[in-house]
Amino acid sequence: MRKIGIQQIILGAAAFCMLALPVQAGTIKVGAIFAVTGGASFLGGPEARSAEMVVDEINKAGGINGDTIELILKDSGANPEKAISFAKQLIEEEKVLAIIGPSTSGESMKIKKIAEQGKTPLITCGAAAVIVNPVASYVFKTPQKDSFAVKKIYAEMKKLGIHKIAVVAGNTGFGKAGKAQLVKIAPEFGIEVLDAETYDKKATDLSALVAKLMANKDIQAVVNWSIVPAQAIIVKNMRKAGWQVPLFQSHGFGNIKYVEAAGVAAEGIIFPAGRLLVADVLPDSDPQKTLLMKYKADYEGRYKEAASTFGGHGYDAMTILAEAIRIAGNDRAKVRDAIENLKNFPGTGGVFNFSPEDHNGLDINAFVMLTVKDGKFVLYDGK
Amino acid sequence: MTSTLFLQYLFAGITYGFIYAIVAIGFNIIYNTTGIINFAQGEFVMLGGMISITLLQVVPLPVAIALAVLITMLLGALIEIVFIRWLDSPSVLRMIIITIGLSILIREVARHIWGESIRSLPYFVGNEITTITIGSVRISPQVFWVIGVCGVMVLGLSLFFKITPIGREMRACSSNRTAAILCGINTRNMVTLSFMLSAGIGALAGCVMSPITYTQYDSGTSLAVKGFTVAILGGLGNSMGAVAAGLLLGILEAYSVAVVPLAFQDAISITILLIILFVRPHGIFGSSAAARLKEF
Amino acid sequence: MNMKIKESKLLKIGLLVILVICTQLLTKITDTQFYLTQLTMSAYYALLVIGLTVVMGYAGQISLGHAGFFAIGGYLSAALTTHNLIALQAHPLVKGLGSVGMLVSGQDLYGEQLLVFAPWAACILAVLTAAGIAFVLGIPVLKLKGHYLAMATLGFGIIIFRIGLASEYFGEADGISEVPGLTLLPALGPLGSLSVSGDFGLRVENYYVAWGLLCVGLWLLLNLIDSRVGRALRAIHGSEEAAEAIGVDTARFKLNVFVLSAVYAAIAGVFLTHYNGGIGPSEASVMKSVRYVALVAVGGMANIWGTLIMGVGLTFLSLRGVFGSYDDAVFGSILILVMLFAPDGILSLNVKALFISKRTTDGH
Repeated sequence: MRKIGIQQIILGAAAFCMLALPVQAGTIKVGAIFAVTGGASFLGGPEARSAEMVVDEINKAGGINGDTIELILKDSGANPEKAISFAKQLIEEEKVLAIIGPSTSGESMKIKKIAEQGKTPLITCGAAAVIVNPVASYVFKTPQKDSFAVKKIYAEMKKLGIHKIAVVAGNTGFGKAGKAQLVKIAPEFGIEVLDAETYDKKATDLSALVAKLMANKDIQAVVNWSIVPAQAIIVKNMRKAGWQVPLFQSHGFGNIKYVEAAGVAAEGIIFPAGRLLVADVLPDSDPQKTLLMKYKADYEGRYKEAASTFGGHGYDAMTILAEAIRIAGNDRAKVRDAIENLKNFPGTGGVFNFSPEDHNGLDINAFVMLTVKDGKFVLYDGK
Repeated sequence: MTSTLFLQYLFAGITYGFIYAIVAIGFNIIYNTTGIINFAQGEFVMLGGMISITLLQVVPLPVAIALAVLITMLLGALIEIVFIRWLDSPSVLRMIIITIGLSILIREVARHIWGESIRSLPYFVGNEITTITIGSVRISPQVFWVIGVCGVMVLGLSLFFKITPIGREMRACSSNRTAAILCGINTRNMVTLSFMLSAGIGALAGCVMSPITYTQYDSGTSLAVKGFTVAILGGLGNSMGAVAAGLLLGILEAYSVAVVPLAFQDAISITILLIILFVRPHGIFGSSAAARLKEF
Repeated sequence: MNMKIKESKLLKIGLLVILVICTQLLTKITDTQFYLTQLTMSAYYALLVIGLTVVMGYAGQISLGHAGFFAIGGYLSAALTTHNLIALQAHPLVKGLGSVGMLVSGQDLYGEQLLVFAPWAACILAVLTAAGIAFVLGIPVLKLKGHYLAMATLGFGIIIFRIGLASEYFGEADGISEVPGLTLLPALGPLGSLSVSGDFGLRVENYYVAWGLLCVGLWLLLNLIDSRVGRALRAIHGSEEAAEAIGVDTARFKLNVFVLSAVYAAIAGVFLTHYNGGIGPSEASVMKSVRYVALVAVGGMANIWGTLIMGVGLTFLSLRGVFGSYDDAVFGSILILVMLFAPDGILSLNVKALFISKRTTDGH
């Protein structure tokens, strides 16, 4: 009885396929919610451009299994209520196969439940760990976990004999999550956080803060966690004040514009990052090398601006989705399963290995420690 | 608090104080001739920085700055002619809304031209870590550029208003518009001129501060709020008051870091503003006698 | 005369109700029920906007800080219903609250015990707080005029924004997520419970809740405007001194209206936050306040029906992403164009009259 059922289904499916054959060149709708404008535009801008680039490339190459992709890009301006409205719109009205984005953790958390209820895969570019912890079956994220970046930094500090540090962070979702991890993980490495401050994401001068921290002679190093231009400002203010303690930054520093903005002051900053920024010096055996070089060349050729790790998150989200579509076709649940089972998939942020327990798929090896030398990012090899 | 720390805070405060003061003076110039608060004043500062950075690719730094100031002045005049000149005695409410709209529009246009990334002019002297040591305090030479240029602007403006005939005519407009018209002064042109002037000084401030603070398409908004706070603290229309109030606010903000979490810094300066508005709306440096003639 | 006004008012509200019902039926017939999501959200924003209309259009007082009141409502309600009080269980205050039924206990995703404010209690507390703040703030602020009033209200908005962004309690930059639904009516027999939440299944109910609330709010305001208060307000707008001279207690009228509009904003904030299941700092931003002013301006300042139409219409388009990356630019342009060419609102625009008046002024 049951066998017959399956046979019927197969027959039906075959008949459907034959019917569908002449119109096989269909389109697959993919939704994207990015903060192209507004307070998080330095994330959403490159993310949206990278995703558009991937889609153009796929379509030029004849699409996936013959289907072209239609990217429906929505600009949330980093407003959660818009992200919510767009998510519902994309799921119910546009009936998209999946959604990539949003750019910020706050927005991602607000549409997590909507994606879950709407049974639509969501691959966000938000940084906070809470997005995938606890795991929601339809929600994935591409940026590396903060906790790994923190551990990477602390391990390096241990080697340098640093025990007492100050933590400063920007008042964005990224800064907030990083600061919490820094304070939480410090005891594991025998590190003491003497001071923790938050500055405005639009801050243009932090010399007063630097003066305050500098007055505490016990501080051996400073960790700054943000994605905003203040990353360049704090190092300028520190070096100008004659404070030479090591400055560690987060993976948010992975944008050469900040190095240019800080000029010579940026020399010697130590930070963890994906391999994108040092793609050209990676050994040829590195699984990410080809992809990184391609992304960099394509992005920089097309948009005439330096590729950053932020754009890479958008790129990863779209390429992961494209791979899942290639495997599973135009079906939400199957695409979800395909993403969850994706293994050894090289992206700009690292090599993704998803599993039912891990919807981020990156491990601590996604990070390497970098430093700035002669105005360029280079691998950090200790002192 | 050690004396070094004390001085470090002081200098951080003074740098910012002068920048706030220049934005506030920009507000005052237009306010004095028209009774309008131009909420787009911060955008002039942003435009000055952005235009000079763009021009720097083709011309040397001093020329780029001079051209940027000139272009921004023309934009200021254009804005006045297109949006304000032909309005027949508009209400304050209407003017507030129009200038807020202008500020949003300029910002959005800037985003489309220059994108969302940060830019900056190079340091005029030395580089990012060059410092001059005074006693135990280390200060970037750019800080002296900011203080110097702002100081010269304040002096230049007060001379301009006192000595030159045009300056006197502008003052006449501010004290009594009808009387100024009767004396044959073309008040409409004076208004255009005031927009040009305030755009020009805003743009120049935008250029000298760009190496320190960077320029981004939306960096004008927060400056405008601070500048307006300072303009009110110093008494609307009072330029010397603006300088004093600017320094006061800048220094207060710098020292507040020692006491309250940095995250609340902006909330503090606004709270000060509200308190001043409630108890002394004519500002700490304004005279209450003159204030009786104004409407709050 | 009075009867006539009353009748026409009821007629208009009746028409609105019919329109609301027809819209829902139309979406059902055409299978486009997804439009209801944005219509529901727009209705809440419109509630704030009509409240602001009375302050700006009728009493003539500008407010650049109404997003602040919206945020006070939304944030407080969200924080109270999500922050776990289990650690403070033994505290007499918490015990007291529990004994009057203002707290509910439950379990979170990890199976941990939760003790939080009941949504209805949080809602009432949030709205009362907003009203209290509006009252205390309104006394000194409403003495100011023109630029000073604009700046003081703007400053208030910025302070609220900063507090939201800097406090761990309010979630800093991420805001607050996973806010539970607000149960309005408990389940009665065959009828399920009625609650404000974003569940796909509760869309139609929530559409009616939002529009029902908006209609009631509208009806109250229209009555207010036609009453003695409304006449007093118009007198204040015309000339405050003259109003004072004929014995109108201008300060009190202004304050009452300001508090009323803050309550409208806070209620909108509470309901929308429960509907969205969260709130973020952008809801308190200056740009949001400016947007509300833009909606009042484009609707015609002293024209509740105008601001209602424009408030719902433009917010609906914006929430559907029609303006794309030009969203802010569109609102900025609207502000300028309306204030330059149609200070009485876009609905008042009469092209023919514009030409005629121009010709007459040319003739002077």
